Order: sequence, then C-alpha cells, then structure tokens
Amino acid sequence: MKHSPWRGAAVAVVAVVTVLPMLPVVLWAVAGAWRYPALLPPELSTRGLRLLLGDGVLAALGTSVLVSTSVALLACLVGLPAGRALGLHRFRGRRLVQFLLLAPIIVPPLAVTLGLQVFFIRYGLADTVAGVVLVQLVPTVPYAASLLAAAHADLDTDHEQAARVLGAGPVATLRHVSLPLLRPALVTAFLLTFLISWSEYVLTLLVGGGRVTTLPLLLFSAIESSDRTAAAALGLLVVAPPVLLVLALTRVAGRDVAWMGVSRA
Amino acid sequence: MSPRLRIALLLAPALLVVGVFVVGGVLQAVLQSLGFAPVVGESQWSLDAYRRVLADPAVHASLLLTARVSLISTAAAAVLGTALALLVRRLGGRRRLAVLFHGTLAVPHLVGALAIGLLLAPSGLLSRAAYRLGLVDSVQDVPALTQDAFGWGIIAEYTWKETFFVAVVALAALGRRVSDLEDVASTLGASRWQRLREVTLPVLAPPVAAASVLVLAFVTASYEVPRLLGRPYPTTLSVEAFQRYRDIDLTSRPEAMALAVLVALLTTLAALAYLRLVGGLARRSL
Repeated sequence: MKHSPWRGAAVAVVAVVTVLPMLPVVLWAVAGAWRYPALLPPELSTRGLRLLLGDGVLAALGTSVLVSTSVALLACLVGLPAGRALGLHRFRGRRLVQFLLLAPIIVPPLAVTLGLQVFFIRYGLADTVAGVVLVQLVPTVPYAASLLAAAHADLDTDHEQAARVLGAGPVATLRHVSLPLLRPALVTAFLLTFLISWSEYVLTLLVGGGRVTTLPLLLFSAIESSDRTAAAALGLLVVAPPVLLVLALTRVAGRDVAWMGVSRA
Repeated sequence: MSPRLRIALLLAPALLVVGVFVVGGVLQAVLQSLGFAPVVGESQWSLDAYRRVLADPAVHASLLLTARVSLISTAAAAVLGTALALLVRRLGGRRRLAVLFHGTLAVPHLVGALAIGLLLAPSGLLSRAAYRLGLVDSVQDVPALTQDAFGWGIIAEYTWKETFFVAVVALAALGRRVSDLEDVASTLGASRWQRLREVTLPVLAPPVAAASVLVLAFVTASYEVPRLLGRPYPTTLSVEAFQRYRDIDLTSRPEAMALAVLVALLTTLAALAYLRLVGGLARRSL
C-alpha cells in the first residue's frame, strides 16, 4: 500500500475529514447573506472580520493576552521548582506529591471553584483579573510541573556541578547553566499553559463574574446570539493563536509536543 | 540547608496551589453541600441537599444524559483514535498528518462547539449538502442533531476533538519497538490478524486506556459544549450544578455543591477504576 496511488488519496481523505468541521466556521466568517439551502455563500462580506476591530473585541483581546500571559508565567514559576524536586530527587512521599499534582486533571476545576467562590468574593478576588489568574492556576500548574519534572529527569546535573566547582553561585548557575538547558521544556510549558488559559471559559465566567471579559466569554455570547457571521469571525480569532502556536512548535520541539495533546483545552 | 527542607521548599508553591484550591475546594464543596454556610448565614448541617438532588427527576435525567454522552464519546474516540493511528502508520506520511492532528487538538472546545453547531444545526452545512443531494426537501425534514434530546451534537463535538487526542497518544506509542515486535511475530508465522490482536493492540491498550480515562473525566465534567449544543432540559450534571449555583434562590446553593461533589466523585471513580485496570493488566503481563 505504501507506494500505491491510493496512498496519496487516503492521506488526503484523512486530512480533509480532520479539518472538515472547521470549514463552516471559515465560510460563515466571510459570508454575506447566506440563506438556506445555498450550499456555499452566494456573496462574500468583510462584515464579520470588521467586527473584530471593534472596541469590545480589542479590549477582550487585551484582557485575554494579559490573563493568559500572567497565568503561563506564574504556572511556570510554580512548576519549575516542583519539577526540579520531582525530577531530580527521590524522597518519601514523592508518589503522594505526584498524585496531588495530578488531582486537578481528574477532579473537575468547576467543582472546586464552586466551593471556593464564596471566598473569592470574601477576599475581594471575585470579578477581578487577579482572581481569574489565580483560579486558572488550578488547571495549568499540574501540566507545568509534570512537564518540567520530565525535563529535569533528563537533565545532566554534571554541568551544574562543574559550574559550582568553578566558583559560580547558585543564582549564576541557575541563570547560565540550568535555565538554558531547560529552555525547550520551559518554552513548551509556557505555551501549553498559555493555551489552556486562552481556551478557559467557565472558570473565567464564574470568578470573573462577567466583568473580566476574555475572548471566550465574548465568543460564547456571540454563539448564543443568532449572528452566525459575528460568532464565526470571533471563533477564528480565538482559534488562530493556539493552532498557529502548536503548528509552529511541532516543527521545532520534538517529544514535548506530545504534552500538547494531554492538555484538556 | 538539609536536603529534605530543600525539597519541601521547592515543592511548596505547587503544593500550596493544589492544596488551597483543589483540596480546599473539594472540602468546601463537601461542607457546603452539607449545609455549611461560610462568610454569610447560619450553618445548618443536614443531608437535605443530597436527598433533594437524588429525588429530583431533573437530576435523574441529567445523570442519564451525562452518562450517555460521556460513555459514547469516550468509546467512540478510543476506537476511532486507535483505528486512525493504525491507518496513519500504514499510510506513511505520519509526520505531516500528526502535525494536523496536533493543530486540531489546539482548537478550544468552545470553538469546537461553534463549528459542530454550524455543521449539524438544521440550517447548517450538512443539512444544506443533504438538500443539494436531494435527501431532504426542506429544513423541516432535517432530523435535529443539535439541541436534541439524545445529545448527538455534544457527542459529535467530543468525538471529533478527542479522537485526535487518542490518535496522537496511540501514534506516540507505536514506535520502533512495536514494529520490531511485529516483525518477530511475522517471522514466527503470525498472520496479519494475529499480529494485530496479539502484538499491536496489547501494546496500545495501556496508553489508549489512560487517554480514555482523561477523556471520560473531562467530558463528564465539562460545561460549555453541553451548554451550547444541548438542551436546557435535561442538561449535563456540570451545567445543572452551575445553574443551581447561579440561582437567585440561595437554597439552591447546597444542591449545586451536592451536584459538584457528585461530578467529582464520578470522575474520581473513573480514575480509580482505571488504576485497578492497569494494575490488572500489569499483573497479567508478568
């Protein structure tokens, strides 16, 4: 089968079926009036794409970038030391720690956030960007920690020891030896957690109370309205960054990209 | 600094996040489902919320829908994803297709719900194609595939997205080692079918089972897809919990917490069942 002419056709079929569900989103985003039962839009329009330049969308884009960047940075800052402990050291209770760190993947974040919401309100974190960033650490830290633990397990600590022997302090060693060695994993962890945060809807809605308007919140209300063109255009704006990032990353990073699949966006 | 203290300090930030939010959150959900009213109001301890929830026909319908949607989607994704991985391996060109699969994985479920809605809705693309082919005469003839009682729209979205997740995991497991084992099997005279059943599928089973548990836990607990592609009634447990939490009537709060605890319990049970299964598999292979 490897060299038959059917092979190319079969690959094409798989590729088409893979992306087929996204086709209506693209079509509706650029469609003008498109009545049933026309199979393709009889006229194209830039109305949907122009809607993306409105103030509301640009503000939501800014909020989304702010929230997701903060979440990704914090998740990596929290995950890096935890990854070091888990990847480099064998200690009593290591399995328990690993289990705890994976708990947010099994226990739904929505359930835990419902229980905590009253405290977010009490401490003034409800309806704020800070509160939304904090709650989004729940679904992101496990991935950052696991990914960086795997990277540390592969880390050759001889380099660090050589630096220390040559007189470098702990900070200089971290900066000039460890971090450069861990850079691929750190980049992947940052992008992965950024993507999880970028796609997050229900936690943002619950803690942000509708005041912290990220792109997914706008998209959700657009889908509920009957304006398909507006919803499809917003959908393209929400889907483009993660897909482009992952496609770019698949080319540079190797094994770590498998983690992208594990993220439950 | 002692090594133990060092490790503890390294782990402290992550454990703080998980401890405060996850352990604390579950604990709070349990306490509040039992009548604990933090910050405001009087706590009145009782199992009333659970009694009300378990006697509520809306919750029964919700439980049924949640189980149906999550089990069908998970099974479909596991089977289709495994088949897709095997197909892609046979076809070759897996690098380029794997890139495409990863791209699909990165699509947020909210966008997935939009896409499936535009594809399957009565006036969606599929219905238009059916009209063009002469299969239906008007939009009224099209069977409801979104906002339907069975949950087909929800199942379609999850199956689409999660099939590629399972496929990516299975493809990662189908490395050189598996090809070597298969070669050995054919040298020993195994037929193609025997190779698949005795070599390939046993190698794929553990990673695909692990992926399926993640899918099951995710689908059972997720919110936006059933909220957009399902009916307001009956709806899945997570949506039901969220709606009761948002209810103006504050007596619904303990019921929301009871439902949240129920969802957490179901996903944890799925994970435990998996761990048992893996334990069983590991023992059998020894």
